[in-house]
Amino acid sequence: MTEILVVGEAANEKLQPVVGELLAAARSLSASTGEEVSVAIPSAGGDEEISSEAIALGADRVYMIRDPLLAEPSLDAQVAAIETACRQIEPSTVLVGRTPAGRDLGPRLAFRLGVGMAQDCVQIELDDATQRVAATRPVYGGNAVARMIFKDANPQIVVLRAKVYEPLEPDSSRKGDVVAIQANLDASVIQTRLVETVNREAEGVRMEDAPIVIGGGRGLGGPEPFEMLEDLAKLLGGAVGASRAVCDAGWLDHSYQIGLTGKTITPGLYITVGISGASQHMAGCSGAKSLVAINRDSDANIFKEAAFGVVGDWKNVLPSFIETVRELVKS
Amino acid sequence: MPLKIVVCVKQVMDPETPVSAFKIDRDAKRVIPAPGIPPVVNGFDENAVEAALRLKDGGDAEITVVSAGDNFVMDVMKKPLSMGADRMVLVQDEAVEDLDGFATAYTLAEAIKKLGEYDLILCGRQASDWDNALVPLGIAEMLGLPCITMAQKIEVTDGGVIVERAMSDGYEVVEASLPALVTVSNELGEPRYPTLRGIMTASRKTPDIWSASDLGLDRARLAPSLELADLFVPVSDRQCEFIEGEDEADAGRQLALRLREEKLI
Ligand SMILES: Cc1cc2nc3c(=O)[nH]c(=O)nc-3n(C[C@H](O)[C@H](O)[C@H](O)COP(=O)(O)OP(=O)(O)OC[C@H]3O[C@@H](n4cnc5c(N)ncnc54)[C@H](O)[C@@H]3O)c2cc1C
Repeated sequence: MTEILVVGEAANEKLQPVVGELLAAARSLSASTGEEVSVAIPSAGGDEEISSEAIALGADRVYMIRDPLLAEPSLDAQVAAIETACRQIEPSTVLVGRTPAGRDLGPRLAFRLGVGMAQDCVQIELDDATQRVAATRPVYGGNAVARMIFKDANPQIVVLRAKVYEPLEPDSSRKGDVVAIQANLDASVIQTRLVETVNREAEGVRMEDAPIVIGGGRGLGGPEPFEMLEDLAKLLGGAVGASRAVCDAGWLDHSYQIGLTGKTITPGLYITVGISGASQHMAGCSGAKSLVAINRDSDANIFKEAAFGVVGDWKNVLPSFIETVRELVKS
Repeated sequence: MPLKIVVCVKQVMDPETPVSAFKIDRDAKRVIPAPGIPPVVNGFDENAVEAALRLKDGGDAEITVVSAGDNFVMDVMKKPLSMGADRMVLVQDEAVEDLDGFATAYTLAEAIKKLGEYDLILCGRQASDWDNALVPLGIAEMLGLPCITMAQKIEVTDGGVIVERAMSDGYEVVEASLPALVTVSNELGEPRYPTLRGIMTASRKTPDIWSASDLGLDRARLAPSLELADLFVPVSDRQCEFIEGEDEADAGRQLALRLREEKLI
């Protein structure tokens, strides 16, 4: 019996949130294939809590990959560890999360195993006709959607976009086995060395977790108007974000960028000001429940996705909007 | 000895093509090029060319640009030469047009082997058509090179490379020894504009054209590794409620009231 293998990214002795999402996707696929779902975790400590958590989130089996080289964070070592596990386990399918590590790990694994891979997928299912995995993914910056079916070679490697599948409710009564794999990696697998990590975490609410996000675009004309957006965000307990045009112009740091090549946000409300709604921007905010657009061009693409819109110059619209919000929030 | 840099670039449809002009031939499972909008060199690949040129500004370097395809628009493809790259090699062959990431990586890796010596291979972080971010990692795997993705700054030291990798909240500093492959992100900064002199110099250069047979490519390895079953433009069923007022300021006020009514704020 083959199995569906989830790559269990862990950091600081904790599973990454994306692993719960991958397990949910794996369970939905296994409902069609009847296969078991397992997780392979390059272990850097905290094995016991991590494996119980993985089982509670839907794994039937946890492979703890052990190797001295895994003690330090190294993507090279993790790729080699997962490669070793795949050669032993021979899974039918491997699910990888599209995290900074996962989007490199998936392709590297595919090239090493000589098999196909689908990047940045938003849905997977078993194709009826071929009984192979079918993966759906946005392409052309989100302008198009492709559905791709794996050919014969296993494993079928899928890199899944984060925050698309909902993790299952953890169930601590679920049972599963824990199997240790000794990877016996050679030190030569490590070809790059992490020297330093520099964090520039913004103050206040993190954009990725914020219930409300206020996004500004090139239409704001410069960095100064973003102070108004900051005011609004403070009033609403939200965070400020921006389009790539704003970050490339240097008005704000790139950590503010929302979109395909920036952050993915899933707030209840996303208010955009002076953003045209290019598909690459929308790719990062399609998970927002309600979208509001303020833009002076009634034909702007942003209005095609918006629930509420005002066609107008932000210089006229925004001050009265913010004042009214201030009054409403107070009352 | 100059630092030998290879930059891989791809010709793509202009990603800023307005959404309204983006059309798909669903039967052929292909994008229909928008009339009057020429293709471009993938933006992140231009960032990679810029990264190479900065290394050349700061020292002795020789930059070779490599691409694979068939329907090249020469004026478009020569841009890296106008920016200041020294040489261009095009693997131009029907057999390598529209390949998937695996086959492209194979083709480019073979082309780079044929080039011979190299110290640093630079690629854009991803191509703006299929957004796969697959080819550079594949080239590195096939050539057995260290691979560092998402560079916003590259420094070459004696026999090594130190890279600042753009992360969502800051950056990482990663090092490797040469030869190595590094992918470049837009955080590196805007690519330079070709100067008039650059354009003149480039107009006198002709790219070397190599065929699939020149590289001895195994045709079986050029087949796609997944089957494209469908390609379509997603439809949005959202309807925008436009909020109006006596004037724009009033519309702002009405918008706030409407959002409160919906309990969104
Ligand atoms: C591979 C690739 C990846 C990309 N990734 C991203 C990404 O992750 N995130 C991202 O955002 N972009 C991304 N882009 C860029 C994207 O294609 C757009 O260029 C960008 O999103 C445009 O930003 P914008 O909407 O701020 O600017 P514009 O498109 O210039 O829009 C400005 C808008 O402001 C309006 N406006 C102007 N003045 C006023 C005024 N006074 N009052 C009201 N409205 C006004 C205009 O009507 C216009 O609609 C990517 C592009 C590529 C090729």
